[in-house]
Amino acid sequence: MSDADLIALSALQHFLFCPRQCALIHIEQAWAENAATAEGRVAHERVHAVETEVRRGVRTVTGMPLRSDRLGVTGIADVVELHRAVDGGWRPYPVEHKRGRPKAHRADDVQLCAQAFALEEMFGAEITEGALFYGLPRRRSVIVFDPVLRDLTREVARSTRLLLAAGHTPRMAYEKKRCDACSLIEICRPRITGAERSAADWLKAQLDA
Amino acid sequence: MRKLLNTLYVSTEGAYLRRDGLNVVVEVERVEKLRVPLHLLGSVAVFGQVSLSPALMGSLAEAGIVTAFFGTNGRFLARVEGPVSGNVLLRREQYRVMDDGPDCTRIARAIVAAKSLNQRSVLQRALRDHGSALTDAARDAVIAAIDRMQDIARRALHETDLDRLRGHEGEAAALYFGVFGHALRVTDPALAFRGRSRRPPMDVPNALLSFLYTLLVHDCRGALEGVGLDPAAGFLHRMRPGRPSLALDLMEELRAPLADRLALSMLNRRELVAGDFRIMENGAVLLAEDSRKTVLTAWQERKREEIEHPFLKERTSLGLLPHLQASLLARALRGDLDTYPALIWR
Repeated sequence: MSDADLIALSALQHFLFCPRQCALIHIEQAWAENAATAEGRVAHERVHAVETEVRRGVRTVTGMPLRSDRLGVTGIADVVELHRAVDGGWRPYPVEHKRGRPKAHRADDVQLCAQAFALEEMFGAEITEGALFYGLPRRRSVIVFDPVLRDLTREVARSTRLLLAAGHTPRMAYEKKRCDACSLIEICRPRITGAERSAADWLKAQLDA
Repeated sequence: MRKLLNTLYVSTEGAYLRRDGLNVVVEVERVEKLRVPLHLLGSVAVFGQVSLSPALMGSLAEAGIVTAFFGTNGRFLARVEGPVSGNVLLRREQYRVMDDGPDCTRIARAIVAAKSLNQRSVLQRALRDHGSALTDAARDAVIAAIDRMQDIARRALHETDLDRLRGHEGEAAALYFGVFGHALRVTDPALAFRGRSRRPPMDVPNALLSFLYTLLVHDCRGALEGVGLDPAAGFLHRMRPGRPSLALDLMEELRAPLADRLALSMLNRRELVAGDFRIMENGAVLLAEDSRKTVLTAWQERKREEIEHPFLKERTSLGLLPHLQASLLARALRGDLDTYPALIWR
């Protein structure tokens, strides 16, 4: 896969949350900072500073650049822990930091699994699990990279690539739970663009108003 | 809702703007006159002999704040801005629509219809507010213009030929400016409107309109660039090197509600009088330098007024209208909307 064809690892997670959000960010280059994204950014600036720390047989590397040719993604891992293995080598263990609570959907799991794909290619080792660290509660959830999650991750990577290659932003209908939590709601305007509201009809109605 | 950020206008000759931490400091003769935090600014517009430090220009560009330089008379000179925002695919679509007859006309006719209806609203309001003070002939002329402009808007919205559409626009403009003077309540002949004139404006209302249009086109241009559209590639206005055609397109629907109404109210409320204007030997009229501040202040205040956006049905400030319309135009070009809902505001 050529470098130009690689897509951002974060796009997979955006795609799972909402294909339109994914297109707005990665095709239209839209970005609106709100309190949530600002908080996330500050937290990420901290973990993305490239550092290595060794503690009790675990080397912690932050801001590690990643690439997976199998998925065609590139990105940066918040934290990769290197655990001392029985054979004396280091076993990579991805840890992704998330604001908020564990989600019902698998967007965070897919992002982590995509990191595992990249780490497997770059370290030449099989990676069986990783962890998501949630700010609320401050707790790690262990994610096992089983065949179901791996298939889902491959499928999401494929769909995301198709979406971004087409260069067209899909419409999505307004969904309260999803849209109200989205920092791009004012750029997206799902109530207008998703509901097939007709601007032509509106214009006509103005003539007689 | 997106926040309306201020535009910092500086028109004091010899002023110097520099950066101090995260603030813009305005100095005149080395004395600090004003200090504004960068995060409160949306753009900076300077008129005449005003200079900026390179460090400040860099910080403004980095923060996405555009700096525009104007000559003493409001002629646009230059702008300083950071990297181009947005998306090349959107601009490609903009150029494609521009070259395509039906798609181009679909957007242009929304603009022309909205422009005519908004001009008509200005006349309706004048009739409502002081129609009884007009002579019978004047009142009849205004009513006739209102009726015909409604009809032109209707025809424009069904027009399929771009050149005929431009004809409708011209017809509406002629009708509107033919009776625009009746919307003025001041009797001072020095303030009378004698038909639309520009380059140069030949009377006081024209001088005021021209100055307000300069401010508006600056805002429209910034709004288009902010959503990633090319302000030079228009649908209604033909592309011409050096002309911000799309900014002029976007401005059409906004002229009457934002600029014309303000010009009328400033003159009718006597916030500006004949002495605020300079009449040159050849009859050209310019807003006097000292009076520009009065207009700039009124413009800023006007931009803070709030309305419910007629299409979006959200409360918004008038100052955000160029930005909201630019984003709706981008949505229409991307196919999220079936056409462009130009601003029609009563």
